[in-house]
Amino acid sequence: MLGSARPGAAGLTPDASPPPPLKAESRDLSFHYGNGFKALNAITMPVHEHRVTALIGPSGCGKSTFLRCFNRMHDLYPGNRYEGAIVLHPDNTNLLADDVDPIEVRMRVSMVFQKPNPFPKSIYENVAYGLRVRGVTNKNHLDDKVEESLRGAALWDEVKQRLNEVGSNLSGGQQQRLCIARALATDPEILLFDEPTSALDPIATASIEELISELKKRVTILIVTHNMQQAARVSDYTAYMYLGELIEFDRTDTIFFKPGRKETEDYITGRFG
Amino acid sequence: MSDHTSKQFDAEMEAIRSGVLSMGGLVERQMARAIAALEEDEDAKLIDAVAADERAINQLQIAIDQQCAQIIARRQPTAVDLRIVLTVTKVVNDLERIGDEIKKVAYKAAGVRGSDRLTRIRYYDVVRMAGGAQQMLRKALDAFARLDVNEAADVVADDDDIDVAFNAVMRQLISFMMEDPRTISASLEVVFIAKAIERIGDHAKNISESVVQVVKGKDVRHATAEQIRAEVAGE
Repeated sequence: MLGSARPGAAGLTPDASPPPPLKAESRDLSFHYGNGFKALNAITMPVHEHRVTALIGPSGCGKSTFLRCFNRMHDLYPGNRYEGAIVLHPDNTNLLADDVDPIEVRMRVSMVFQKPNPFPKSIYENVAYGLRVRGVTNKNHLDDKVEESLRGAALWDEVKQRLNEVGSNLSGGQQQRLCIARALATDPEILLFDEPTSALDPIATASIEELISELKKRVTILIVTHNMQQAARVSDYTAYMYLGELIEFDRTDTIFFKPGRKETEDYITGRFG
Repeated sequence: MSDHTSKQFDAEMEAIRSGVLSMGGLVERQMARAIAALEEDEDAKLIDAVAADERAINQLQIAIDQQCAQIIARRQPTAVDLRIVLTVTKVVNDLERIGDEIKKVAYKAAGVRGSDRLTRIRYYDVVRMAGGAQQMLRKALDAFARLDVNEAADVVADDDDIDVAFNAVMRQLISFMMEDPRTISASLEVVFIAKAIERIGDHAKNISESVVQVVKGKDVRHATAEQIRAEVAGE
């Protein structure tokens, strides 16, 4: 159900350059919850490498469900069922295949949640956690990785003097950046953000958005947001979802200036009844 | 177009739209007065009325621009709303410029009346040209009011006619001035009038191009009339 997918067909700055290569794509992805509810219906959508893709849509449209498929979060509850595939490039791995280990998937595809959820451990241990799970014990290697990840999350200068304090002593925005550092530590290829700023004030929100723009040089990003302006500010591509369907996917400048479908236009202009 | 969840937003969008239409109404009235000033004997009251219209148009331009700035600041409009707000700021600018050009026409018409060297025949072409520009203005405002891209495309095509008429008037005036240098100063006044009318046509064309941008999301400035027709005809 893809809408007008001509890139830049009606954008502010028509861009004839070819889209960047694919990092992943969902192919005819449907998802059923254990209670039989079908939350996603045959979603086919590209995820471009080193770009930010925003998923928008009203509550209950399936955008968070879709996001969680990318790191097999739904496996944690029995009875949930996937159909179709999420293919990770360049190795063409179907993340949803039975023989693919969800733990391995989560190393490659990390998640940052709505509310900052640091572990009840020190700042250092929060970031080192994923590496320790992977069996890394070399202290020098851990030190380097922790610093690199905290720098990547724009938090290093604020916490380098107090790495042994508990993470929950940090401010909300800092905690969220700590969670981003923790997600970065395993060198993921894709970062998933599920409404990462909805619990933050405008300044902390701006710093996370700035960070997202920096991070896309390293990783590919998928973000779910209720804040349409945020999607417009941070993303390169936008997908509009409604009732478990992908209504339209296009470049963000096209979606916010002249979307191809009336449903999209009604939603982003606040005409959604 | 269906309504926003926010009724206040609807009211603000309607206010800028109807603001453009009342500004357009003023400009049309001013244009009719300027044409009357061209056709009839000098009438000081008519010139005053044209000048008063121009001042009222300027005030509306400022007021509508402020409303647009407020909508951008408070509502962060997107998609069709964004296209309308962007277009309104451009259209009020064009209308204000048309008001300036019309004032020039009326003032210069008074100047030409002071000279009896020019014959009615030559002047007739300029009046007809003004009638053409008046038609373009009316159609451009109508296209804006109804978001009618076909009518907008017509206006763009009409502009070519005005340009042709302008060149014809210029040729006439040049030959006249070569025949009798005593007509030069009055002829120059007519040159300014014809140029002002030609500019009115250009601004009406700009307004029509903005209408295409609202509806199609395509920037068609600098496109030819044929290209615009093709864009409008496309799905």
